[in-house]
Amino acid sequence: MSAVVSVSSQGQPVGFVRRLLSRPLAVLALVWLILLVVLAIGAPVLVSLDPLDQDLLAIKQLPSAAHWLGTDALGRDVFSRTVYGITVTLTGVLEAVLISAFLSIGLGVSAGYFGGRWDRWVQQYVSLVQSLPTMLILLAVLSLFGQDMLPAMVTLGIMGSAGVSRVLRSVTLAVREELYIAAARISGLSDVHIIVRHVLPRIAGPVIVQLSLFSAIAVIVQTGISFLGLGVAPPAPTWGSSIYEAAASLNDFPWLLVPSGGVVALTVLAFGLLGDSLRDASTESWSRPAVRQKVQARQAVKPTDIPAGSLLSMRDVCIAAGERTLVHGVSFDLKQGETLGIVGESGSGKTLTSLSLMGLLSPGVNVTSGTAVIAGEVIDLSDEKRLAQLRGATVGMIFQEPMAALDPCFTIGHQLAEVIRLQNLPETQVQAKVIELLEQVKIPNARDVAARYPHQISGGMAQRVGIARALASEPKILLADEPTTALDVTVQAEILALLRSLGQSRQMAVVLVTHDWGVVADICDRAMVLRHGKVLESATVVDLFHRPQHPYTRALLAANPHSAKPGDVLPTVDEQLMKMTGDAT
Amino acid sequence: MLQVILRRLLMSVPLVFVVTFLTFFLNSLAPGDLASTILGADAPREQYLALRAEMGLDRPLVMQYLGWAGHALQGNLGVSYFTQESVLSLVNARLGVSLSIMAGVLVVCLSVGLLLGVASALKGGWVGRAIDAFSLVGLIFPSFWLALVLISVFAVTLRWFPATGYTMFSDSPKDWAMSLVLPIFSVAMYSITSIAKQTRDAMTDVMGRDFIRALRACGLPERSVIWKHALRNAALPVVTVLGLVMIGAISGTVFVERVFVLPGLGSLAVSAALNKDILLLQGVTLYFTLMTVAINLLVDLSYGWLNPKVRVS
Amino acid sequence: MSTKPLLQVQDVRVDFAQGKGQVFQALKGVSLDIHPGETVGLVGESGSGKTTMGRVILGLTEATSGQILFDGEDITHASRARRRTLGRDIQVVFQDPYGSLNPARTVGDTLAEPLLSDKSLSPQDRAQRIAEVLQRVGMPVDTAQRYPGQFSGGQRQRIAIARAVIAKPRLIVCDEPVSALDLSVQAQVLNLLKELQQSMGLAMLFISHDLTVVRHVSHRTVVLYRGDIVEQGGAGQVHDHPQHPYTRALLAAAPVPDPLIQRERRARFDLARQALAAVA
Repeated sequence: MSAVVSVSSQGQPVGFVRRLLSRPLAVLALVWLILLVVLAIGAPVLVSLDPLDQDLLAIKQLPSAAHWLGTDALGRDVFSRTVYGITVTLTGVLEAVLISAFLSIGLGVSAGYFGGRWDRWVQQYVSLVQSLPTMLILLAVLSLFGQDMLPAMVTLGIMGSAGVSRVLRSVTLAVREELYIAAARISGLSDVHIIVRHVLPRIAGPVIVQLSLFSAIAVIVQTGISFLGLGVAPPAPTWGSSIYEAAASLNDFPWLLVPSGGVVALTVLAFGLLGDSLRDASTESWSRPAVRQKVQARQAVKPTDIPAGSLLSMRDVCIAAGERTLVHGVSFDLKQGETLGIVGESGSGKTLTSLSLMGLLSPGVNVTSGTAVIAGEVIDLSDEKRLAQLRGATVGMIFQEPMAALDPCFTIGHQLAEVIRLQNLPETQVQAKVIELLEQVKIPNARDVAARYPHQISGGMAQRVGIARALASEPKILLADEPTTALDVTVQAEILALLRSLGQSRQMAVVLVTHDWGVVADICDRAMVLRHGKVLESATVVDLFHRPQHPYTRALLAANPHSAKPGDVLPTVDEQLMKMTGDAT
Repeated sequence: MLQVILRRLLMSVPLVFVVTFLTFFLNSLAPGDLASTILGADAPREQYLALRAEMGLDRPLVMQYLGWAGHALQGNLGVSYFTQESVLSLVNARLGVSLSIMAGVLVVCLSVGLLLGVASALKGGWVGRAIDAFSLVGLIFPSFWLALVLISVFAVTLRWFPATGYTMFSDSPKDWAMSLVLPIFSVAMYSITSIAKQTRDAMTDVMGRDFIRALRACGLPERSVIWKHALRNAALPVVTVLGLVMIGAISGTVFVERVFVLPGLGSLAVSAALNKDILLLQGVTLYFTLMTVAINLLVDLSYGWLNPKVRVS
Repeated sequence: MSTKPLLQVQDVRVDFAQGKGQVFQALKGVSLDIHPGETVGLVGESGSGKTTMGRVILGLTEATSGQILFDGEDITHASRARRRTLGRDIQVVFQDPYGSLNPARTVGDTLAEPLLSDKSLSPQDRAQRIAEVLQRVGMPVDTAQRYPGQFSGGQRQRIAIARAVIAKPRLIVCDEPVSALDLSVQAQVLNLLKELQQSMGLAMLFISHDLTVVRHVSHRTVVLYRGDIVEQGGAGQVHDHPQHPYTRALLAAAPVPDPLIQRERRARFDLARQALAAVA
């Protein structure tokens, strides 16, 4: 999880204070809160009118020069009453937050870090406290200490700490699972040392976020208590009592609702914005969710050099993310029954190329130019509508993480049936086809497996299901994005054999994206080498391996431990390239 | 499934005991006790001690509590010292109102909250921001203040709904419903916001997952991807929050019932606290705790049904 | 080798409780030795127990039964205090170059950690050692002031190796150190490990799923299958002349980067599978 640490363009972590101050809303929130504090401290000096001063000749007046927020039912100045109420509210919040912080950090961090029985106890305690009816307990405390806000705020702090400690516990757990913690333990650091050095800095952000949100709640609860006439000895002005007085004048002077509610709302908003702004910066939740922008489809231009018999051709595919070009003019042709391997390292653009044909690029990543010719039909790759229509029935796809490609909430059979139904078959045939598909991908006990959920099957089986699902609509073209990378090598061999046989029996054009040269050698007929989004070389597999043309291909093949003589120092790519081309890359 | 129910009931037993003991204990700390309150400050000492013994107030606290608990299990919650009525009958009379409000809040915050959350997650741009801003309203204004605004606008000015008071269902279903609309929305505003926020977060998270892309790659229509697959997966984290939100709504009813003068458990709790009517407060607390247990149980069951890993084990 | 083994794993069993009384046996009584200056390759697929073996040696997981002797001393259930000092002798390189370095701390801070338990070193001594080790692994001098986020996967792995060797340990457990790296970078890291081992006389446990990579760096190979050792011997021997059916299956399944050879292998693999299916 990215949590607190986000990284600047130079790769350094940007502190949360700096991030906070870079967001205008957070700054406004801080300004408001500071203003409140200043007014509270300086009230006797800054506010000229006495909040308790009644002027029965000037009741229920709207704002004016003399009374900035008007007067209430007894002629008292609303502005000064509001200002004098700040202290009660802010002290209450401070009391609750301090207790909450102390308890939640102590419980949350210790439970998350040490685990075991202590963790279980803390979790039980937290569940219990979260189930307590807050107001009831507070009412009981207040009936005891009617005129005193402190016990109620302490109680609120204790009850609120439960929710906060739950969050801190999960953050601590996540940090504890990180490998660098294990490395630190192995290196001999003590637990205390690790907590101080690694855990506390990571939870600082979530602590501020949670405590800000808790402060927002504390303001509302505190206002509620004084609304009920508890917690403060009358006639001291409080925000809650102002709302109560507004209720009394509701029929003829509703204006009082505005300043009394407004000041509470602004303060709650300020605390909330502080918390949200921080969370925004790390998890992007309140700010723009990633939604794909609709692009205007470009006119398709028919390419002139399509070879006869080609089922799938891509021409000059260029993909960019904002200013950065990720793929520079990739082109290839594929006949039916042929398997093309797209080989490259991470960042070579191989996956993006295959996703562009499906119109499934991530938001922010767009095809700037490119044309596909499928069975004679010319389609511009910006025509996402047309591409969406081709999904399933014409072009199928299988993905790298087989388990993650299945919806965990539905059974295997259900997910297959759903795709089959797109062909408008009668229901009886649908169920039969589900079993038939599972058998075609060589899954034993097809009926049993169809009733299972994804978490109940292995990775290899999940990939077979993925293949079955991709083939359900009988596509002519199959895209396979690193389909065996996440699988054990023995399972990989079987999946590759399966892909090979299905590709041939159904005469599909298969595009296989991979970084593994052994896989290319195993099932591809032709292969294309990509580096930094450019095609370096494209040839039949035999030619590519035995007579590689491009220096980079040659260097990569030579650096492969599977080709090297055991015991030798492996030739590295940089050395190779230096030798071959006479310059360093 | 049965396991889920049993486990939650088992965990709830200590909860009920802890909460009721806590309130009992807190009340016992009050200066003066029931006997002195009844007799008055200047009653003769022997009379005071005799009454204390008669009421069992001289026993150790734990024994007193167990005595109360024993009676409670038999359905006897004691007598309200203020009104001399049976606590059990007082709380029972008020239960219907509170349950109606809670049920209404549940329906409203699920329907409106889910819709807002999904819309907010799917529509970036200004629509999303507008929804966010609207959702903010429930979060930053106290429920009782919102209640007052709603009364001012819809009851006093527009006269669509009654400002205060409650009509029983048996008297007039229409009036019953009308009297509950404003209170339900006052309480629900905060819940709607929490649910909308949680739904938005969950949907955004789910929409970024691999299987969504895989489902689209199969050619499934977008509406199926969102409303069947994404929402179903997003429902899990939302349900876990729903329980907390509803428990929070219980607290909300305390204020709102007072503003709307509704004869529910919340307003009863406030008057019991103000009058230091200990047994009554104890009884109300018990009922609220039982409501909490019921909510937790429903959440557990929903979660168990929604989560395939729990459903098949 | 006739010298006394540096690390002796004797009949170690590791069970994980699965709830409801069920137990998962990750290691079912495994024994192996590592001699000083030797690299032992531990090969297996998922569920073989190879990662568990590494974790048990490092003290991250408790052995259910059996013994682990380091230089003759029984460290199976070593105390926390002893484990901390063991950190100077036994170190680790993890698979994930991104997770193994704290992104919020400078490389220098991270590299200093293994040296912190040695009270005799002053901060200047530490800085000196950090500079030396960075040079050793081929990273520029200013690396210590920078953050992990500024480096590529291969570079981070070299930093992780630097952390592993800075305290001059005697044994390093490498848990799939190149599996997450691009091919172009794997060679560099493998060469580095071999070079460091030879110059520092390190013993290494090289855990991997890839028999060929293991063969390249190890003196001896141990093959694990579902918690049991099915074959062990000289690295070359195990790779070129595997005895156990599982080792053979493992080798046969791994595709070779040569299409003509791979075609033959595939044909043989298909025949073998058919034969197996006919018999089963």
